[in-house]
Amino acid sequence: MSALSVTYAILFYAATLLLVVGLVRKIALYARTPAPLKIPTTPAPVNRTGVVLRMVQEVVLFTSLFKATKWTWLFGWLFHLGLLLVLLRHLRYFQAETWFWVDLIQPFGKYASYAMVVGLLGLFARRIFVDRVRYISAPSDYLMLLLLIVIGISGMLMTFVTHTDIVMVKGFFLGLLRFSIEPLPSDLLLLTHLTLVALLMIIFPISKLLHAPGVFFSPSRNQVDNPREKRHLAPWAADLEK
Amino acid sequence: MADFETPELREYPIIPKLKEGVMEHSKPYVAKVQFQEALGFPGELVDNWEEKALEKLDDLRGRYRSLQVYLDSCVKCGACTDKCHYYLGTSDPKNMPVARQDLLRQVYRRYRTFAGKYFPKLVGAKDLTKDVLDDWYSYFHQCSQCRRCSVYCPYGIDTAEISMAAREIMDTIGVGQKYCNEIIGKAATVGNNLGLPEPALADTLEGLEEEVEEDTGVPVKFPLDQKGAEILLVTPSADFFAEPHVDGLIGYAKVFHEAGVSWTMSSYASEAANFGMFIGSYENMRNLSLRIRKAAEDLGVKRIVFGECGHAWRVAYSFLNTLAGPFDFLDPNYPVPQHICEFTYDLIQKDKLKFDKSENDHMTLTFHDSCNVARASRMGDKAGGQFDIPRAIIRAACNNFVDMPADAIGEATFCCGGGGGLLTDDLMELRVKGAQPRMEAYKRVVEDNGVTNVAAICAICKSQFTKVLPYYGFGMTDIVSVHQLVSEALILSDAPSDDTESNAEAEA
Ligand code: SF4
Ligand code: SF4
Repeated sequence: MSALSVTYAILFYAATLLLVVGLVRKIALYARTPAPLKIPTTPAPVNRTGVVLRMVQEVVLFTSLFKATKWTWLFGWLFHLGLLLVLLRHLRYFQAETWFWVDLIQPFGKYASYAMVVGLLGLFARRIFVDRVRYISAPSDYLMLLLLIVIGISGMLMTFVTHTDIVMVKGFFLGLLRFSIEPLPSDLLLLTHLTLVALLMIIFPISKLLHAPGVFFSPSRNQVDNPREKRHLAPWAADLEK
Repeated sequence: MADFETPELREYPIIPKLKEGVMEHSKPYVAKVQFQEALGFPGELVDNWEEKALEKLDDLRGRYRSLQVYLDSCVKCGACTDKCHYYLGTSDPKNMPVARQDLLRQVYRRYRTFAGKYFPKLVGAKDLTKDVLDDWYSYFHQCSQCRRCSVYCPYGIDTAEISMAAREIMDTIGVGQKYCNEIIGKAATVGNNLGLPEPALADTLEGLEEEVEEDTGVPVKFPLDQKGAEILLVTPSADFFAEPHVDGLIGYAKVFHEAGVSWTMSSYASEAANFGMFIGSYENMRNLSLRIRKAAEDLGVKRIVFGECGHAWRVAYSFLNTLAGPFDFLDPNYPVPQHICEFTYDLIQKDKLKFDKSENDHMTLTFHDSCNVARASRMGDKAGGQFDIPRAIIRAACNNFVDMPADAIGEATFCCGGGGGLLTDDLMELRVKGAQPRMEAYKRVVEDNGVTNVAAICAICKSQFTKVLPYYGFGMTDIVSVHQLVSEALILSDAPSDDTESNAEAEA
């Protein structure tokens, strides 16, 4: 057991813990906080099925963003779609026997990294060149994009240029799942990639990445438009009636 | 006329370059001690206001999921940056919706998030200082809570929710806005925003009865406090006086007359508007709503119908059942409440109203979708009925109707520039500049389609248009009420017979 694999094992356990605990706490907070008034942005669906449809469109196609600005939509959608495929592809590092469909998407996941990085670069360019977007950007907004870009590019370098020992990498992560620490290749590119991924996991629940759970809790999107048919009353508002 | 320049109306709108700080000076008058205290707020800035403001922020975050989620979720994508009419009209970057939210978010981050506590510079977190409070007062009073930004935000972040919260925080520390808070005080004591007592109201309505009878030969009634009437009409008090509002009221009365239903207004609840919403105060909003419930109970009516007003319809449609329900003592066959447009539209569908459209032939109409109707409520039983129903009424009453460009109507409609508690003379510059996107869209149809008038179903929109149209070179009387068009064209079946000639003409 090398110091290197111990360090990375601790890093990933800590990162996972912070990610999970942080997200669970935030999600619990959102779920617990009442929405006292009906505020769907109308026209809004008049039943639950409609709301599910609205949410699915919003999450899968980014419909509102599409209405707003085609460039941001294009780059944002490319990035998220690429990221999704890349993440699914990475499942193979956590399965001794990979699922059939995980094998199937490997080639797609490989090239999806291009979409991901192109999308990120586009978003970065918008942040620099559009004066309105530059005005609203804090240093963290640029750094977040950079972080994702470096993660993406380091991963692509390992996929397409200098291969790392992925059998050993897989051994390491399968080991973590069994709480046993296996060796990790001491490959600079890989270590950069992994460090930044852990960093991303850590900042996820304390940053704007909260938009991921947030979108599902947005009352303007997830409420049914039926205030006349059904009385909607938050617990604290009900107390006022006593 | 004023010490600012009216923006130019261009052929094709372009997104302006940022001009930092150009609207920093725009602040409404601060509410005086007695008006603050009447609403249960401190009279002036309290000593430990920073602490109190944060306390209130925590309280609101715990009571409103919207606020908590919206403060956390913004990714600074910029999709909303060019969607606010106040940004488009003023070029002040703090009028970009996300920048407006950030005025509150920077403080939330500084005191209530890990990153903001330890790395404030990194995430743009800021201390709550007097300068920040000044910014709040300026820019949260440059948001008409129109929700246009929320249509385009990928997470539905609604800046209106943020400015309502910010205004409530400011009220709580003793910095209230004069216009809104004085009006809420009047509505909560006298019963309407104008502070009009019962005798004055009765007098006005009597005058209207005479006027209409003189005009049409038909004794159309404007009943007040009539117990046992079937319908309680709640309408914005501007309908009693202002032009073109009052012509709308005459329209409602004629429709009720023609429908043969008994109806009444109430002097106790003689106001549809509910400014409690503008200051984000659930309690004040509820207070005013309960007056309507009480009036309905006292008068023993079976239905409640609301007159033409945008934010009033939002509070009525979306919140009334919550704030003052359940309305199980009313007739369950009708939605509670109903919009006057729904009422009229129903009759048109059933072929119970006859129109002589030629009465409106001297006009070519377009329709201004009011933001609160468009993006915060509905009419009828289908999503989008709030767009179709008023247009169907206009088409039933007029021959010439043209819509403004698609990016300025429907869910994308531009605010008139005077909503959200900003319809006050001390904000004239903001109101004129904020109207620019609407005026540009209007100009397009005036020039391309010969449009002569714009119809609306909101008391605030109507007042605002009357004021700002002349700044842009249009006539102040271009603005009309939808039920004014109904009033002009509606054929009263018990009218003296010299009208038969024009009926025949209309049918030919
Ligand atoms: S709610 Fe309307 S006025 Fe307020 S920021 Fe959004 S677009 Fe602007
Ligand atoms: S559109 Fe929404 S997420 Fe994007 S900057 Fe505006 S408020 Fe933030």
